[in-house]
Amino acid sequence: MTAPLSSPGTAGSHPPTPARRAGGRQGGGFRLIIVLLPLLFLSVFFAAPFLVVAAISLGDPMLARPPYTPLFGPDGFQGDLENYAFLLTDSLYLSAYLNAVKIAAVATLLALLIGYPMAYVIATSPEPRRAVLLMLVVLPFWTSFLLRVYALIGLMNTNGLINSVLSTLGVIDAPLVMRQTVFAVYVGTVYTYLPFMILPLYAALVRRDESLAEAAADLGAGAWTVFFTVTLPLSLPGVVAGSMLVFIPVIGEYVIPALLGGPDSLMIGQVLWNAFFSARDWPLAASVAVVMLGVVVLPLLFLRRVVEAR
Amino acid sequence: MTDPGAKAADPNLPLGAGDVGETRPFVRLDRVVKRFGGFVAVNGVTLDIARGELFCLLGGSGCGKSTLLRMLAGFEHPDSGRIEIDGQTMAGVPAYARPTNMMFQSYALFPHMSVARNVGYGLVREGVARAEIGQRVEEMLRLVRLETFGDRRPHQLSGGQRQRVALARALIKRPKLLLLDEPLGALDAKLREETQFELRALQARRGVTFIVVTHDQVEAMTLASRIGVMEAGEIRQIGAPRAVYEQPQSRFVAGFLGSVNLFEGTVDVAAPDLMRIRTPGGGFVVPPASGLSARQPVALAVRPEKMRIAAGAAQADNALQAVVEERAYLGDRTMFKLRLNDGTVLKVLSAAAEAGVLAVEPEAAVDGGGAAADGGGLTA
Ligand SMILES: Nc1ncnc2c1ncn2[C@@H]1O[C@H](COP(=O)(O)OP(=O)(O)O)[C@@H](O)[C@H]1O
Ligand SMILES: [Mg+2]
Repeated sequence: MTAPLSSPGTAGSHPPTPARRAGGRQGGGFRLIIVLLPLLFLSVFFAAPFLVVAAISLGDPMLARPPYTPLFGPDGFQGDLENYAFLLTDSLYLSAYLNAVKIAAVATLLALLIGYPMAYVIATSPEPRRAVLLMLVVLPFWTSFLLRVYALIGLMNTNGLINSVLSTLGVIDAPLVMRQTVFAVYVGTVYTYLPFMILPLYAALVRRDESLAEAAADLGAGAWTVFFTVTLPLSLPGVVAGSMLVFIPVIGEYVIPALLGGPDSLMIGQVLWNAFFSARDWPLAASVAVVMLGVVVLPLLFLRRVVEAR
Repeated sequence: MTDPGAKAADPNLPLGAGDVGETRPFVRLDRVVKRFGGFVAVNGVTLDIARGELFCLLGGSGCGKSTLLRMLAGFEHPDSGRIEIDGQTMAGVPAYARPTNMMFQSYALFPHMSVARNVGYGLVREGVARAEIGQRVEEMLRLVRLETFGDRRPHQLSGGQRQRVALARALIKRPKLLLLDEPLGALDAKLREETQFELRALQARRGVTFIVVTHDQVEAMTLASRIGVMEAGEIRQIGAPRAVYEQPQSRFVAGFLGSVNLFEGTVDVAAPDLMRIRTPGGGFVVPPASGLSARQPVALAVRPEKMRIAAGAAQADNALQAVVEERAYLGDRTMFKLRLNDGTVLKVLSAAAEAGVLAVEPEAAVDGGGAAADGGGLTA
């Protein structure tokens, strides 16, 4: 069946066009400013404080002001990695790290599973309804985060709204224990961070090309196959962006586990807080913070790999 | 797909448009209507297409061509009317289960898949064995001359190459009916022309029924075994390219396919063997047209290439006195713009080889003569 179509473009005569070659040169000064300003901001408000924290983490606590030994004493450099060695050997810190990563990962997955259908429905809604739904997603931001977490306490307390409604209806005999459990921490994190998952997913899904889904259907794909082979893969950048926006802040979360969690949901943010304000061991707290940054950055680099590989 | 097209159309069996022994049309549209809100995009289209035909839907932008095609593919559903393909009604049959494949106006190639995976997508959905998929994809890529491009992503291809990937992807499932929406729109003129002939050859070789949508009349003339001219959601005329071009049934069709000179006038004599038409510029004798009687107002359409310029006074029938206003050299032909005494502007296309014509200077008095056989009376 195959007399070849005589080649119009003669195969091979078109090298892959270098994407966005042109249009970079003009306005070089302006570009420089655009790049330099955030760089300046980041160095002043992130890099410099981080270096200070890293320096403190190499010292020892001291009853003085500030409450740690300086990096350079009378005998020269006197920093060491004692605090890091301690973190790695102390089971409290290790388990708090692992717990934070686990809770952040599970919360991210839950937010993804809940947020994806929501984002999809919003992105496929006709215009006036779409704006309303988006508005509803960002509506919680209009009240303080702390207030909303307190509201969750009111809902999940032993004598809170959920328990009193359920016992009035006769569904339960004894009140459900929801507060001070990992469950409450998941409810709190997913509820709080869901918009950060939905918005990038929405942005990715609203740009989808409907004709691609039609082409897939035309070639014999049912609705689910279209979703898994076309819609989902093409929205992966949104999935990655949303996951990072949830995972990273949840790892360092302090308020939610402190207010809603119990002993089995101890997260590294709480440990850091305790080291800093209760034990007043600034160098140890600083090393906890430095390691936490590593814990956050590593998955970030990994995700970037995943995105770039596509 | 529940019923792979492979059974009906063996790719090795050529099946031309003519040699079909069946009388039942392969595609049948019956008073199909599609509305978007209050807007009627397709307005009662009735159309029969035979197996193995290469049918062109021709019409201006927004006249409902794509909508009609999308209803055949199953992406839109008619508000009323029936669509049948190969004797089966398409009501309630989803896109993925239809014996059609479509080549999209934008190509709609999957950007996250390689060329080979794009082309093989339909076979994977069908559950074809891996080895066979590889082999058929390779075969298909060879057919469209992209055998070395299987690993590329669509964004690494030129417009013409993408178009051929889209064609390969639509052809690989051996559909009974191939729908092409402005398939050559993104190509430059030379590539377009070559591809038009290739599409024709491919269609004749494979015996697939093609429905091609285009707004380009030259493309429609080159490709089609029959043309359906659309306007405002309705089909104005259906016929072979030659018939539609030479016997347009309305001003719209006459004007849409190529350029035309329109003479408004009245029927003077409507005899069985000829018709005499009087226009302000002069008298015409043309073959009789049904439905026209004496004293009826009529428009006479004459193609520019059917007119001849000659020096001297115009006395005979089918001759007009005119002044050359402008002249455009088109290489193989020359286009003259003439003005009649009453101010009407005419276009006349002459083969450049006619030495006499080329010698004519602007402002010289000449005749414009329409050969009697080439005019056509229009009532619409
Ligand atoms: N999904 C839609 N919603 C509303 N109007 C539409 C839709 N699709 C097409 N139309 C309208 O229907 C008319 C015909 O469109 P289309 O079939 O795409 O025309 P074309 O002949 O250019 O392919 C156009 O006026 C277009 O605006
Ligand atoms: Mg169109």
